[in-house]
Amino acid sequence: MKMMVTKIGSKLILVVGITALLTIGIFSYFNIRSHSASLLAEVEQSANQLSETVIHSTRYDMLLNQRDRINKIINTIGEQPSIRTVRVINKSGAIIYSSHQGDIGMLVDKNEESCYACHAANKPLERLPIKGRTRIFRPVPASPRVLGIISPIYNEESCWQADCHAHQKSQTVLGVLDITISLEEVDKQIQKSEMEIIIFAITAVIALSFIISFFVRRWVVKPVNELLKATNQVGVGNLNYIIKDKRKDELGMLARSFNNMTQKLSEARMQLFQSDKMASLGRLAAGVAHEINNPLTGVLTYSSFLLKRTENNPELQEDLKVIVRETKRSREIVKSLLDFARQSVPKKNEADINEIINRSISVIENQLTINHVKLNKNLNANLPTITVDANQMQQVFINLIVNAADAIGQSGGTISISTALITLSPYGITHIKKAICPKRHDLIDNEYKIDGMPSIKLKIISSLGENIVHFDPVYGRNHHSTVINELKDDAKVVCPQCSSSLMEENEKCPQCGSPIFNFEIPSQGKFEACTKRSCGWQRWDAVDNEGKREYIEIKLSDTGCGIAKEDLTRIFEPFYSTKGQKGTGLGLSVIWGIIDNHNGTIKVESEINKGTTFTIHLPLKHVR
Amino acid sequence: MNKQFDILVIDDEQVIIDALNKICSTEGFRVDSSIEAKEALEKLSRNSYKIIVCDIMMPDVDGFEFLDETIKRKISSPVIMTTGYSTVENSVRSLYNGAIDFIPKPFTADEILNSIIRGLRFSEIQKKISSTSSEKNDSTIIYVPCPAKYFRLGYSSWASEENTGSILIGITDLFLKVVESLEELDLYKIDEEIIQGNQCAALKSKDGLVHNILSPVTGRIIERNEEVLKEINIIEKDPYFNGWLYRVIPSESEYELKQLIPCSSDRF
Repeated sequence: MKMMVTKIGSKLILVVGITALLTIGIFSYFNIRSHSASLLAEVEQSANQLSETVIHSTRYDMLLNQRDRINKIINTIGEQPSIRTVRVINKSGAIIYSSHQGDIGMLVDKNEESCYACHAANKPLERLPIKGRTRIFRPVPASPRVLGIISPIYNEESCWQADCHAHQKSQTVLGVLDITISLEEVDKQIQKSEMEIIIFAITAVIALSFIISFFVRRWVVKPVNELLKATNQVGVGNLNYIIKDKRKDELGMLARSFNNMTQKLSEARMQLFQSDKMASLGRLAAGVAHEINNPLTGVLTYSSFLLKRTENNPELQEDLKVIVRETKRSREIVKSLLDFARQSVPKKNEADINEIINRSISVIENQLTINHVKLNKNLNANLPTITVDANQMQQVFINLIVNAADAIGQSGGTISISTALITLSPYGITHIKKAICPKRHDLIDNEYKIDGMPSIKLKIISSLGENIVHFDPVYGRNHHSTVINELKDDAKVVCPQCSSSLMEENEKCPQCGSPIFNFEIPSQGKFEACTKRSCGWQRWDAVDNEGKREYIEIKLSDTGCGIAKEDLTRIFEPFYSTKGQKGTGLGLSVIWGIIDNHNGTIKVESEINKGTTFTIHLPLKHVR
Repeated sequence: MNKQFDILVIDDEQVIIDALNKICSTEGFRVDSSIEAKEALEKLSRNSYKIIVCDIMMPDVDGFEFLDETIKRKISSPVIMTTGYSTVENSVRSLYNGAIDFIPKPFTADEILNSIIRGLRFSEIQKKISSTSSEKNDSTIIYVPCPAKYFRLGYSSWASEENTGSILIGITDLFLKVVESLEELDLYKIDEEIIQGNQCAALKSKDGLVHNILSPVTGRIIERNEEVLKEINIIEKDPYFNGWLYRVIPSESEYELKQLIPCSSDRF
């Protein structure tokens, strides 16, 4: 595995590692402690038992005062490898029996640590719990530890009645048995388990770190790197970079909103690019206008002056009149060029669409004539005025006509422009631009477009599982994504973000009786639709109540090369161009933006080698 | 040294100087010319001119700087501005800064001649005013200044805001006095768009001259005064009230009115 030192990843791993180390360390510490304590207690217990056994087994020999036998027993016991010494000490502190023969007869000091528990108050205690009688010590520093246990030998009836008469009745303790046991084995065991636990702890920490690093890499480092790569791409100006990662976590959401952001950014940049283009065109036009107007002034002043001076020469007058007239015409052309280039802030005014079309044509008429393009105008003279940005609309028409001329090419053809006043019902054309769920989550999905418009994203939950459906944003058109054909009866339509239900419980579709669902369109009321796809019933009261609306319809068709079917859905996307190196690919997307900004729609129909028709509908009254 | 001229032409294009020289000389005017504004300013300090025709786009000192300089030096000769870059801004700015007329290039002989003739009459009227006020004789009112709440574009047209948001447009009395006797008025049609600083009407005087009226605001014509078309004298009798020309729905009145001269500034 390639080790990448990613800051956030290694930090996370470090923190998790330290936490694991601490937890496992503390746990191991207490574990070792309790383990060694229980081991010692076991040794203590067995030492105590051994003492009892020694006392009981020597008892009979004691009564008979068989010292040789006692000695033998003690020696035998003392020979066991784990037992260091076995000693019997009498009341006066003298060692009377010992597994080490040399010790017999020696006196032990009452103040010695091993005796102190009983003899602290000078008067011996008679009974002590096991804990008080044991001691752990090292006889020589650096030698293995040793556990010592002292068991008192109590006076019993049989003792004072024995034939030796060595003890009196008044005595309670006759002496003590002192056994010391080497703890070497126990210590070894404790050490071994300590080692085991430490190895376990280290393995656990390392394993944990690897697991964490694997998942951190998978869930954090990889998507973050992807995001980083994307931001770098955006940084160097590639706004078309899209993060393909479709995970559902926060980073996935971040990636999606990042995609959304870059998309918005690229749209804004496009607008900027366009306005920049217009601005430089404006500067160019201004320069050209100034340069041309000066020589034109020479022509116009001299010719009009001559016209004045030759009033009695009708022959000359006729010719001069032509010069003056044509110069004046040039003046108008330069003026319209200046007006077109001077595209200021968008401002909507009442304007006559026919006039705008005529103005647009006058700008490019010459180009059309050169290319043998015939222009058919069929403008409805009785059109009402409409609130539009005349400059922007002129840009739309000029772009469309230039495109049409390009499509026709050099061989010649016809461009037809017609305008008409039409009445359309809102059903089938109104564009849903905003949609929210009851918890106010945005349902518009900018990433999935249906006929160039961002779709409405819905989630369907049924017994078959969950599915995402992209709903057609045009009221009544039903061009939904083809993921699901028919909804099951138990299906529920929910918000894809919060899964809150969009179903309308108490109502059924008035056409087919299927369940219906709804979502809110901010400031434009409720939008209802049938869950049955084949039915396709929809209701949008706020728009229906406004009734049929009047539109100005502008149709622009050419007899050019046409657009291939697979390209038709994409021509309004930015940077999509069929002109190869010639075009910027901005024209149609800008046109779409302008028409959309006027709450209008633009549609395209085309047939290869027959021609293309663009249909624009502009609403007469402004909607929110 | 001190020569008397009628017209000073300033333009960086020799062909235009030549053309104007020819046109004006034929009409009997004495024409002096200069190819740059600096030289023209020197000439102004030596000679006197009745009127100046100045181009805007010139190297070094441009037309606006020249205009400011003439006002600073209190040169009484009125200035007519021309330019090949005939934008609304240039037109309105010229008139706001004290030019008496703005003629976009290219112009015909008649267009510039009419403007010059008007300018000469304008300067005569100005002279008359200064002579009458020096004699302290206010009994002869030469022209009626426009009402205080009105705005004017140069000295030719006025605009007045109405309560309803629409704007009335008309011709100032001074302009009418300069034109002298009216014969015919040509107005635009209802629903047509007029643009600030561009032509909005044409006046024909009895001497056969045609005078273009520049619109003080941009907007759509919603009503025009049919009375003045029938009886043109109404304008001369009452230029500020009954003699209005158009009622328009302005598109940017707030901004545009700031580019006009408030008539209240004419009161003293």
